[in-house]
Amino acid sequence: MLKLIVSLSPHQLGKNSVEKLMYGVIIALIPMLIASVWFYGWGAIVVSLTAVISAIVFEFLISKYILKIGNTIGDGSAALTGLLLAFNLPSNLPIWLIIIGVFVAIVIGKMSFGGLGNNPFNPALVGRVFLLISWPVQMTSWPIPSPASEKFLGYTDVVTGSTLLGQMSEAMRNGESMKVFSDRIPNYFEILTGSVGGSIGEIAGFVLIAGFVYMLARKVITWHIPISILSTVFIFSGILWLVNPEKFIIPFFHLFSGGMLFSAIFMATDYVTSPMSKKGQIVFGVGIGILTIVIRIWGAFPEGVSFAILLMNATVPIINMYMKPKRFGETIKEK
Amino acid sequence: MLKTFAKGGIHPPENKFSADKKVERLPIPKKVSVPVSQHIGAPSKVIVKKGDIVKTGQLIAEQSGFVSANIHSPVSGKVFKIDLVTDTSGYRHQAIIINVEGDEWDEKIDRSEDLKRDFDFSSEQIIKKIQQAGIVGLGGATFPSHIKLMPPKDTKAEILIINGVECEPYLTSDHRLMLEKGEEILVGIQILMKALRVEKASIGIENNKQDAIYNLKKLVKNYKNIDIVSLKVQYPQGGEKQLIKAITGREVSSGALPIVVGAVVHNVGTAYAVYEAVQKNKALIERVVTITGKSVTKPGNYLVRFGTPIKDLIDAAGGLPEDTGKIIGGGPMMGKALNTTDIPIAKGTSGILILPKEESKRREVKPCIRCAKCIEVCPMGLEPYLLMTLAEKAMHERSEKEDVMDCIECGSCSYTCPSDRPLLDYIRLGKTQVGAMRRAKSMK
Repeated sequence: MLKLIVSLSPHQLGKNSVEKLMYGVIIALIPMLIASVWFYGWGAIVVSLTAVISAIVFEFLISKYILKIGNTIGDGSAALTGLLLAFNLPSNLPIWLIIIGVFVAIVIGKMSFGGLGNNPFNPALVGRVFLLISWPVQMTSWPIPSPASEKFLGYTDVVTGSTLLGQMSEAMRNGESMKVFSDRIPNYFEILTGSVGGSIGEIAGFVLIAGFVYMLARKVITWHIPISILSTVFIFSGILWLVNPEKFIIPFFHLFSGGMLFSAIFMATDYVTSPMSKKGQIVFGVGIGILTIVIRIWGAFPEGVSFAILLMNATVPIINMYMKPKRFGETIKEK
Repeated sequence: MLKTFAKGGIHPPENKFSADKKVERLPIPKKVSVPVSQHIGAPSKVIVKKGDIVKTGQLIAEQSGFVSANIHSPVSGKVFKIDLVTDTSGYRHQAIIINVEGDEWDEKIDRSEDLKRDFDFSSEQIIKKIQQAGIVGLGGATFPSHIKLMPPKDTKAEILIINGVECEPYLTSDHRLMLEKGEEILVGIQILMKALRVEKASIGIENNKQDAIYNLKKLVKNYKNIDIVSLKVQYPQGGEKQLIKAITGREVSSGALPIVVGAVVHNVGTAYAVYEAVQKNKALIERVVTITGKSVTKPGNYLVRFGTPIKDLIDAAGGLPEDTGKIIGGGPMMGKALNTTDIPIAKGTSGILILPKEESKRREVKPCIRCAKCIEVCPMGLEPYLLMTLAEKAMHERSEKEDVMDCIECGSCSYTCPSDRPLLDYIRLGKTQVGAMRRAKSMK
């Protein structure tokens, strides 16, 4: 007898898959990895590989033997978390520290909540912030980049220095005029093409923007979160600068220094820990922008974007509760 | 810029294999099973009995309530029995089984192919003729058409919208009708305009049917106040509320009928049936059905008498392919999976789609990654991921507050979900539960 399958519509499914989306982000990160190898040498590869491999191993062990939900490493999310964490680290970080960071990210930040889709906080940032407050010295000794055309750096032969944000923080503490300060730092073209130190993912803003455009074109993410963060940062720091240009630096500095671009494009757009509706995503982005500037200017740490994202992650359930998409026909609803 | 609806939507592969296949007549079978519930509303009341001799087009079951429709014999012959038969819903319902003898038509029906343009009927006469002919919405919803022509007292129809969108992948029956019976459709539209007392009609057609748009644009020059609107190829362009939004820019609010924005929507197939009923006295006894699928050897479009088993249609298309996994009544997005090939074709069957085995199975369900793609594609502005969770957890009061009842079940959310979550299955569950809750409340 003829056996027919009976199920409810739709009978046709699209081509989207979790793997495609995760690998989409990873592909967008590859040019950045190449750029960081160019500037930081072997260190960038050592850190990235260590993070990715240990993330996959931790996820495999936990999903298979503790949660018993089967092997989930195939969906690419563990590799992505590892890579994102690596991009938030200096390229000369000791291997044992990287593994601790990945452990916190994957085991505590993600799997302890039940795995993919259940974690309230961005796991890579949980790992990063844990390392930052536990080993502040190692986490803030940034290698000074050197283009491979001049000297290709080995993992250990780096010279460290402070980041632009660190320098600004110090200048502010010393009461130096921001006008004078901006004159002695590299210009923005140099900053965007990678001549200042920082985490692996903070080098070469142009490459990051290319990754952003790629993800938009592939519909991996939408513009709402990155653009709302960056425009809020620009407007908020712009207002401060207009009020007192001696005390506050021009807004471009905040956009292009530190992890601003990287975090806005790759960290804040994490699906699991960002709001669902477009309206909510904009509120989320505005919140991150404001908090980042507040921490950078008045906080104890020179860089605030990771903390800002984690704080806003905590508000996502409330944002989802109140920021609903516009229902069809709502405009003429009589209520 | 092509017109379209405001938000959401997807673009599944079109797969319109049968678009250039002329409509052919499917031979009348030896026996037909005519279900008495081929429409939304109360099943019709059977008025023939075993052994009665019936003619083609003769009334055999009559309307049995306000929302209900007449049913006429699609063939001539002898009533064999009245019995339960599995129909397109998948359930067994009462049906009139007729043994076919010849093809003798009711005398009142004008069987000539000549185009009859002029008519001189009042609005009431037209509506009565449509009601008697048992016409229902042929786009698939099968709502009795005459009711839509009688707007409530406090409302006024301003525009008649004709749905020639056919946004479901694979299906081509409306497309063929617009190519082959363009002028008849336009006369039907004029009749409907007269019945509704409106001065304006628009035919919405998706831009992938250039030949149909061209054909109707050429013919429409002889008809007043009808315009042809090309629409962007975007599913669900043919959803009633989406189509009204695309053509008039107005949004029908939650729970309201299109008439609140002055619009009445009918399908092109319905307009053709109206032409036949009013101008030729022919009741609704047959329709164009697409038979298609990737492995089907001869996809095509056939004029099929109701009650014909889908088996006959499949045989005409070269037989059931070996890799068949699923047979669907309708399109792949909103159609119903059928469990046998004995099911009779009814008023709402716009197509039979055969899917190969590898496309018939659901994929493994993964956890929700909260990517919000379901929200992006929902044409009603709902949050499918949330509605699914609420249905799973039986939080039906909250579902109602989250407007679950606005869901039009287009399936865009399930289609787009990267984790292959059965979003629409659970939303349907939520809708059923909220519906039951509302009925229970109104009983009190």
